[in-house]
Amino acid sequence: MEIAVFILFALVAVISAIAVITHPNPVYSTLSLIVTLFATAVLFVLLGAPFLAALQILLYAGAILVLFLFVIMLLNLRRQRSTSPRGRGQVTVAALGAVLFFGTLAASLLATGRPEPGALAPVSLHQLSRALFSHYLLPFQIIGLLLLVAVIAATVLARRAPAPEEER
Amino acid sequence: MAELLAPLLMIVPWVVAVLTAVVLMVWVERRMSALIQDRRGPNRLGPLGLFQAIADAAKFIFKESLTPAGADRPLYLLAPLLALLPALTTFVVIPFGPAIEVSERTLRMLVVDTDTGVMLFLALASLGVYSLVMAGYSSNNKYSLLGSLRAAAQMISYELALTLSVVAVLLPATSLNLAAVVDYQVSKQWLGFLPGWNVFPQALGFLVFLVASFAETNRLPFDLPEAESELVAGYHTEYSAMRFALFFMGEYMAMTTLSALGVTLYFGGWTLPGVDLAAVAATVAGWCGAPQLFGLPLASWLGPLFGFGVLMAKVALWLLFFVWVRWTFPRFRYDQLMRLGWKVLLPLALVNLVAIAMLTVGGVL
Amino acid sequence: MTVPVAWYLVLAALLFAIGAFGALFRRNGITVFLSIELMLNAANLTLVAYSREIAELSARITGQMVVFFALAVAAAEAAVGLALFIAIFRQRETIDLNRLNLMRW
Repeated sequence: MEIAVFILFALVAVISAIAVITHPNPVYSTLSLIVTLFATAVLFVLLGAPFLAALQILLYAGAILVLFLFVIMLLNLRRQRSTSPRGRGQVTVAALGAVLFFGTLAASLLATGRPEPGALAPVSLHQLSRALFSHYLLPFQIIGLLLLVAVIAATVLARRAPAPEEER
Repeated sequence: MAELLAPLLMIVPWVVAVLTAVVLMVWVERRMSALIQDRRGPNRLGPLGLFQAIADAAKFIFKESLTPAGADRPLYLLAPLLALLPALTTFVVIPFGPAIEVSERTLRMLVVDTDTGVMLFLALASLGVYSLVMAGYSSNNKYSLLGSLRAAAQMISYELALTLSVVAVLLPATSLNLAAVVDYQVSKQWLGFLPGWNVFPQALGFLVFLVASFAETNRLPFDLPEAESELVAGYHTEYSAMRFALFFMGEYMAMTTLSALGVTLYFGGWTLPGVDLAAVAATVAGWCGAPQLFGLPLASWLGPLFGFGVLMAKVALWLLFFVWVRWTFPRFRYDQLMRLGWKVLLPLALVNLVAIAMLTVGGVL
Repeated sequence: MTVPVAWYLVLAALLFAIGAFGALFRRNGITVFLSIELMLNAANLTLVAYSREIAELSARITGQMVVFFALAVAAAEAAVGLALFIAIFRQRETIDLNRLNLMRW
């Protein structure tokens, strides 16, 4: 049962990941990435991290990728596809690099000896939140600061150049 | 076996209720708007015009489904189906009755009984925006695109305030599971005579939740994504027949599930103050001679049924309020909408959260 | 029957490689950005997979915590990155990476 679910959603994740990088239309790329993220969220549940799964959908699919779509539609990038030819050589080298990279990564991940997982109880939400607000309090605060900085930076960057004719 | 069967059984009343709500709301909306505007409204078909919804449905089914030239076909067809997705999934975390004993295990009456609880609701609800964005993008129509841009910005902005007000409710209940939120409200009583509903200590959070839920469901006064005086019909301008009806149904179903969440968070959910529904169910079952039904005592079936009835009655009142507001307030301007969301509701939600956190730590709540 | 952790790791490596490939060969700025998000997601999958495997509770919490923080950082990164794209588009009317070949404008 669990293996069937894993195989199904792993396939979905990989196929949609390939669609993300190959589709000429950025809107479809974004929507494919949502499918990948959703499949990964299911895998998170399988791995005993339902909180992260919900967070992944809420934050990534529900907010970040909507921003992507928003920007794509705002800039009307549909007309922008295939503006410049990509070199054949570059694609080959990139593909070769990716394959090599995958090989090395997979080999090294599999080569590391690890104990087999026993029947462990999943980490409960209480344990997670206790850790977050005690042991990880400082990183948590820093993340808050980071998000504040990002909000300000995004506002400043996306603002129209200081033109007096469109004062808000 | 019971683990698999129970959630399936629990889905049944929800699906029935959500679909019935759509049919009824079509009629209620039209009759009530007529009442408010001093008109008669649909009154020809059936008693009080009740069968108007059936006539509407027949019309939607037999009309031609048009696809505009230059539409992005796959997305254009997918968008109306996605409109139903959040509405048909989010109810799984909302509890609707007293816990029952099944084969010596306590079974709480919610489809998915997890730690994650309301997070799941918010996560699935946040996917609703994709249907609008896809519809607007794929229609190849400027009005549709503008409508969906507005929808995306509006829903993300108001989701923040909505989530923050929900978090404030979860703090004193110390759980994300909505069943715990209901239990908490049952265990409390405010000022000695008010029921333990969260709406009393968290009036501010409730206000934020209410306003944000109007924005999240794109209802007037926040229906800018489909503002007919500016954008024809916004993101669903190019949709006709059944595909349009799906958007329509999605909106009403989302209203219903969001109302159910609001009722659970702020108005005690399926409970009635001072009434123990499990005891009532046992009494009623006693009148019938307490028979067994499919291996369970009758009381175990009646309890959740009564709870569901109470929940739906509260949801119905909330939905009437939705309609009342729609036909009373004028539409906001877009910059007013954004200002309200970011500069009023978000700070208010934060103030509420901090206040509730302090009261919780101080042991008041 | 649980799925061996190694399977998750190989899947994550595959997703990461796909993302890396996309980031290297695509010319559309948005798609490159999406590929990077894909790589980030693959890394998160590895962390969650490892966090299930370790018996020690604190280490397992750490695995999930890091993913939690990574998600928050991804949100910040997306906001700033997309704002950059908007700013660049205003100046150059394109976000084709081959055409963004000036160091200043």
